[in-house]
Order: sequence, then C-alpha cells, then structure tokens
Amino acid sequence: MHNATIKSLAAGLASRAYSSVELTQHFINRINGLDQKYHAFITLNPEASLKQAKAADALRSAGKGQPLTGIPIAQKDIFCARGWLTTCGSKMLSNFTSPYDAHVVERLNKAGAVILGKTNMDEFAMGSSSETSYFGPVRNPWDVDKVPGGSSGGSAAAVAARLAPGAIGTDTGGSIRQPAALSGICGLKPTYGVVSRYGMIAFASSLDQGGPLARSAEDLALLLNVMAGFDPRDSTSLEREREDYTRELGKPVKGLKIGLPEEFFAKGASPDVMRAVDAAVGEFRKLGCETVEVSLPNMKLSVPVYYVLAPAEASSNLARYDGVRYGYRAPEYTDLLDLYKKSRAQGFGQEVKRRILIGTYVLSHGYYDAYYIQAQRVRRLIARDFAEVFKRCDVIMGPTSPTTAFRVGEKMGDPVQMYLNDIYTIPANLAGLPGLSIPCGFDAAGLPVGLQLMGKHFSEGLLLGAAHRYQQATDWHLRVPTETPL
Amino acid sequence: MALTLEDVKRVAHLARLAIDEAEARAVLSQINDVLKLISEMQAVDTRGVEPMPHALDVVQRLRADSVTESNQQRDLLQSVAPEVEGGLYLVPKVIE
Repeated sequence: MHNATIKSLAAGLASRAYSSVELTQHFINRINGLDQKYHAFITLNPEASLKQAKAADALRSAGKGQPLTGIPIAQKDIFCARGWLTTCGSKMLSNFTSPYDAHVVERLNKAGAVILGKTNMDEFAMGSSSETSYFGPVRNPWDVDKVPGGSSGGSAAAVAARLAPGAIGTDTGGSIRQPAALSGICGLKPTYGVVSRYGMIAFASSLDQGGPLARSAEDLALLLNVMAGFDPRDSTSLEREREDYTRELGKPVKGLKIGLPEEFFAKGASPDVMRAVDAAVGEFRKLGCETVEVSLPNMKLSVPVYYVLAPAEASSNLARYDGVRYGYRAPEYTDLLDLYKKSRAQGFGQEVKRRILIGTYVLSHGYYDAYYIQAQRVRRLIARDFAEVFKRCDVIMGPTSPTTAFRVGEKMGDPVQMYLNDIYTIPANLAGLPGLSIPCGFDAAGLPVGLQLMGKHFSEGLLLGAAHRYQQATDWHLRVPTETPL
Repeated sequence: MALTLEDVKRVAHLARLAIDEAEARAVLSQINDVLKLISEMQAVDTRGVEPMPHALDVVQRLRADSVTESNQQRDLLQSVAPEVEGGLYLVPKVIE
C-alpha cells in the first residue's frame, strides 16, 4: 500500500479493498518501524489519526467520499492543528498545543483526510537542510548521511521513505521545491494568495505560501484541489473562482513553449544536475514542446533581495513570541524586559536569532530606505524580468537546486553558502509565481535531481499537466530510495 | 557597511534578545558576511522603480467595521499561556 499513489489509494478505499483505518494503521506502523532513521516526524497521535480514519470510513460507507477521504497526510509542523502539538521546529513552541485549525487543516479535515502526524522542519522554516530544528536534523532517505533539503524536509523525507503518501509544506524561498528535489519527490509552490496563510505560522508574510508534496503531479493536483480556496481571515487570500487543478492532466503538451533562462543554465549548477535537467528538457522536446532561450538579467539579485525582505518580515512576525501569551517563558527573570529578552534568547535557536538581528538592523532607523525599500524596488525589477519572459513562452524550466543533497553538517557553519543553495527557487517567491519540482534523474552517487517548472500567475494547472505528461513518459518519480525497506 | 560589536548589542536590545559577549562576537562576522551578500543589490540603480511590497499588485481587501468575533474563546486561548489569573495574562510588576 505504501508505494501506491494517493490516486490509487483513493480507488482502493472507494472499492473497499481496504479501509482508511487499515491504511492509516499501516503508515503508523511504518513510521514506528522506520522513522528513527529519518526523524521525519516530530509528533504522532495514533489515537487522533485513527479516529479520523474511522470517521472517513463512515463517510465513504455513506457514499459521501471525496478523493482525499480516508487518505493519511503528513503535515509540516508549521500548520496549526487543533489539539495537536504545533512546534514549528522550535523550543519556543515546544509546549504549544494549538487551540485552533489552520485554514488548510480545516479544509483537509472537511475533505475527510487523516492527519498522519506533524513533520520535522527547520526552526520557523528558516533553513534549506532541516538541520536547524530544535528536535534534531532530518535525514535523507536516499542516504542518511545527507540532508533532505529544507525547510519542509520532514514532509519530503516522509513521502520519499513511503512513510506517508502525501504531505503539506510551506515555501518562502524554496522550502517545498528544494526538499522535494533533494528527496526525489514532487512539490508545488502555488501562486501567492492561492492557499490561505491563516494558521500557518508566519515567517515572511509577503513570500510564504503553503503547498503539497507527493510522488506524482497528479497527486499534487488532488491535494491542491482541497488546499486552495479563498479565506477572509488571510488578508492576502485571493477571491477567485474555484479551479479544478486536475483539468489539464490529460492534455498533450505538443506546442507548449518552454523558456530556458540562460541564468539557470550558465555554470553554477553541478554537471550531474545539468545533465539530468538537459535530458528532461530533451524529453519535453520529444513530446512536442518547443524551447526558446530567454534571460532573467536581475535574477542574480534574488538572494541578496531575499535576505533583506525575509529577515525583515521575520523580525516583525517573530516579535509576537514574548513569553507572555503562549510559548516558552524563561524560568528566571528580574523584570518584564528581562523576561522578554531571556525567553526569546533561550527559546530561539541560532539561525532564527541571526535572522531576527539582520531583520531588525535593516528595518532600524536610518537604514530602512537603503535596505528594505531598495530590496522592494529590486524585487520589482526581478518580477518584471519574468513578465517579459512570459511574453515569449508558457513555462520556464531549469534546475530546482544547484546541487543534489549535501552532507549533514556541511553548510551549517557558513550561512551564506546555505543561502546560495536557494538561488533557483527564491525568484518565484519574489515574483509570486507558481513553481513545481519533479524528479528528473540521479547524480553519480545515486542522489535525486529535481527539474523546476515555473509559470505565470495561476498557471498551476498547466504546470501540473506538463509534469504529468512527462511522468507518463518517464519513471523517475517511481524510483524508491534504495535504503527504504519495502 | 560592516557592523561593530556595539551595533550587534544595540540591535539585539531592539529585538529584545539577551546576548552575551561571546555570542555577540560569534554572530558578528556571520552577520557581516550576510550584509556583504546583501550589498550586491544596493548598487543597483532603482530610480523611478516603485517598491513592490506584495507579489501581486492587488489592493488590500477591506471589510465592514463591525464586531465579528466574540470573547468566548478567551479560556481556550489562555489555556496555552505561561501564567494567567482571572482571565488576565500575568507579567512581572511594571509600575511601582
């Protein structure tokens, strides 16, 4: 069962080949048996999961089943789920049981999906390796000495190791796509505003976007169909007609115009990554796509711009952790100021504190225009580059990440090296565009490579359709990590 | 522009983060590395370019100025607070 896609598990549930209780128990058993190797999960609550599974079985029996009814889904521990410990990978929230559901969680619950568990992640989603978690690093199922990528590394590792058929994550600068690439699965960051941020613990609000991780483009579409939707409680949630993200899955890609930005194909990515990406582009040509060379001249400024905007917004968002209303409070303090300072110093990890300091500095008196406003101006230049390019093509393709999975510990001492890892994923967040990563091959060491597809705003359906067509012609997405017992 | 040790301590105070000498020293060079990375975008000529605060140029949605939430959730929300009494959050004495 654990190698099946969500699509086929839904068929199995619909035909009564197995119940959701059996399916959920199967995945709980796998997690109990295997997750000490990967550390993909922070919290399990089998009792709550099985209760949901039972309710899902009743729904299906009553003929009220939807595609996700009874499917166990792993949730990144950044989504508030009522009654569940919701830590965001931080000591600050290590005692926080959420009193309410995120909009996405509400929607999944309503569709009858089962919360399988809460997945490990970089603290407050700040990282590209899932190593900054207060609960310890996540390991890559393809090689446990390597990182799974981050920050949604627990969700990616869980899906890759067949501990969950699908998962949800968040992407601020690549946190869904990069771990999907490094862990050999599929991940989609939707257009900004498509998925509500309500109850999704905030990192950088103008960039944060929730999205699905799964093993096929088709499964991503099924998950996004439930996750997406207008929510008045998120002021940036978009009021749009409901879309069926599976609608393009059957369509041929013949005539699709693929833009290949020279900045994605210039030296920068490793030769193994480029070989796999070039081969994938060749496959799309075989399927009848046209390719056109394009350029995003300001793309190289994405990482510098991001490391002004994201820390600035984070320093403001994380001001709420004061040791007063919820979360960690230092055991000893002399007065209110001391309570704030000690609770925050003890509750946050090194990377989070570093970003709060950078963010506070760039927003401080006398520096605001030179850093924050300038970054917002350059952000517009980057977004304009994309608008120009999309006059000439339908989708952009390139690598998701410049390298395959790196060693645990390798980049922890050098923040700038870690940050540069997101060079290909950050631009989509800055411009608010949808981005998708799908497996497209392996490096010499047998580690997976991800192909990134980006499109215009609201082109998720088109991207998923193109990815699905590719996955019908290839089998990279079906490969199972060699270390994962079957 | 590079930060000094004093800058780091000042910013840590603004951010309400306790920081000791050793920690400030350790973080100083890392922050300066990041600022060096950031300086690349500072050289760009952006005269006449409107700042882009939001990924899609949409207007903030407004709603009627009416009460939409009751106070009935107070107990639930305070159930996760470190210290409460009689519906109030407790902090050290602020006014003598």
